[in-house]
Amino acid sequence: MDWTRILTNVVGEIFAPATAAYALAAIGLNVHFGMTGLINMGQAGFMLMGAYGYAIATMNGWPVWMAVIAALTAAAVFAVILGIPTLSLRGDYLAIVTIAAAEIARLTVRSSSLTAVTGGNSGISGNDFKGSFQNACPLPDGSWSLGPFQYSNCLSNSWWLRIVAWSLVVIAIVLVWRWMRSPWGRVLKGIREDEDAVRSLGKNVYGYKMQALVLGGLFGALGGMIYVLPSAVQADALGRTLTFNVWTILLLGGAATVFGPLLGSILMWTVLMFIKSTLRDLPFDIVSSTQAEAFSWVLVGVTLMLLVIFRPQGILGDRKEVAIDAR
Amino acid sequence: MPADAHITPKERIAKDLAAVPRKPGAAKPDSIIVADNVTRRFGGMTAVDVHHLEIQRGAITALIGPNGAGKTTLFNLLTGFDKPNSGEWSFDGKEVSRMSAAKVARAGMVRTFQLTKALSRMTVLENMRLGATDQSGEGLLRSLVPPLWRTREAEITAQATELLERFKLDTKAADFAGSLSGGQRKLLEMARALMTKPTMVMLDEPMAGVNPALTQSLLGHIQDLRDEGMTVLFVEHDMHMVRHISDWVVVMAEGRVVAEGPPATIMQDEAVVDAYLGAHHETDLGDDSLLDDEVLVELEAEAEAEEHRTQEDA
Repeated sequence: MDWTRILTNVVGEIFAPATAAYALAAIGLNVHFGMTGLINMGQAGFMLMGAYGYAIATMNGWPVWMAVIAALTAAAVFAVILGIPTLSLRGDYLAIVTIAAAEIARLTVRSSSLTAVTGGNSGISGNDFKGSFQNACPLPDGSWSLGPFQYSNCLSNSWWLRIVAWSLVVIAIVLVWRWMRSPWGRVLKGIREDEDAVRSLGKNVYGYKMQALVLGGLFGALGGMIYVLPSAVQADALGRTLTFNVWTILLLGGAATVFGPLLGSILMWTVLMFIKSTLRDLPFDIVSSTQAEAFSWVLVGVTLMLLVIFRPQGILGDRKEVAIDAR
Repeated sequence: MPADAHITPKERIAKDLAAVPRKPGAAKPDSIIVADNVTRRFGGMTAVDVHHLEIQRGAITALIGPNGAGKTTLFNLLTGFDKPNSGEWSFDGKEVSRMSAAKVARAGMVRTFQLTKALSRMTVLENMRLGATDQSGEGLLRSLVPPLWRTREAEITAQATELLERFKLDTKAADFAGSLSGGQRKLLEMARALMTKPTMVMLDEPMAGVNPALTQSLLGHIQDLRDEGMTVLFVEHDMHMVRHISDWVVVMAEGRVVAEGPPATIMQDEAVVDAYLGAHHETDLGDDSLLDDEVLVELEAEAEAEEHRTQEDA
């Protein structure tokens, strides 16, 4: 077994763009669920809005910053449309509507009648939308290596993308940290606990929930953009599985904590990579690489179950808080 | 009113209310709530049907009645937590019917709940802070710039600490609200409501589930509210409490206001006895035929027959 290679793979996951993308999406979900108690089962839908919004806008010749604004607008509009009918209802309705809406969005963008705009079933290939982002890269051409990690400076899965992605994660974490400790975050927390009580104190609960839904959706859209930039935009990669992974990450790290989404994302991807690489390297041929992939996902499912049963507060969560709720 | 300075608020209010007629919908000398033709139906059932109701400013008014009388529904309507099928009411001169619950609260009418709504996974102090008004840091963008709201936050914390001391919860300030006892949660909910600096406090069964040791202190707090000039309207089942602290009692039965009067005499009101004891409550008490022996025999036979039927069913 080649332990150096396995270790390199695992460490590489810690700062991979996908890890950052998942962290951003989980930070958004944390604003929904951890801070406000909104059960959003369609975070992938927000990521899809970001990914497609950005890709389509760039393909139409929009500069990077305008494409980002277009992507964020798409996610915000999506949030408002979902929120208007559901936020005045009980929590479970939002869960049903978001999962359905995310599926509708996915099926719409992959439908063949929209092939001219979204690429339909085959999606949008990387080269069609990555150009402007790569041109904005301030680094010199070529590639650079840090120890065993060698990536292109500007192209596709690049250092440039890593810098942007992790800067976004840092900004998002600082913002959420600030919000959680602010009076605004306090109102959201109150809504999470009991929205009627907050209403009875004169706060516009509906407005706050809408703000939280949009805000978390925007983080989701950012995550979606980062998620597709190393590769391509593909509708089926932005489906339910993605949503469930983001949930696993949030619950693993700890909902309602500042660093939970980040820790959850890093942990989940490094462990997955470790299992996959180890299984693939086993001296005797028990599992093929496809089976290894599938097996690692089985483990994700088992982890999620064990987590909810034995440590519902996640790694960083406060045991006391959950215990109170159980009474 | 320097001439009245030597009398207690309770006595002053009793004097103000002395001339009010003891009948449903009586006009008060200084009403803070005036409601007209308020109805709320759930399917075919009329839960609330109040023709006219006035609540005296600065007084403690008790809303009593048997189970299912529509007290809590009326409460929900007045505070904007439910929408009426018809009717208008004003609060402090402002039309507030059909206003959202949050707006009603901002207008100065704040409520508590029958099933206490302490925000369990927040500390007691955070619960209190949440009640405060005019905190600009509750805006999405302003919250990111602490210098904009820190001064106000300090004022809020001072106000909260003072209230917690008054309600003897100051030692619990850093605990999760979920770790408090039932009675302490009631106290917290009341204290939190006071953070909004209301003109009127609506208490839905403030004594439900409170242990006897805390009852006395809760009663004291409610009377303090009145003595500070706030108006209190509360729903309660415990008649001892009603007699002890209220200045005026409104009795509801089957959605309607059936009687009003001072607590000392209200329980002698025929309509109230009727509402609570319920004997032939659908029959007009003025119906002389009830006094007729023949009719009585008939009614008895009916009752007997009914009993037989029930036994057979069983």
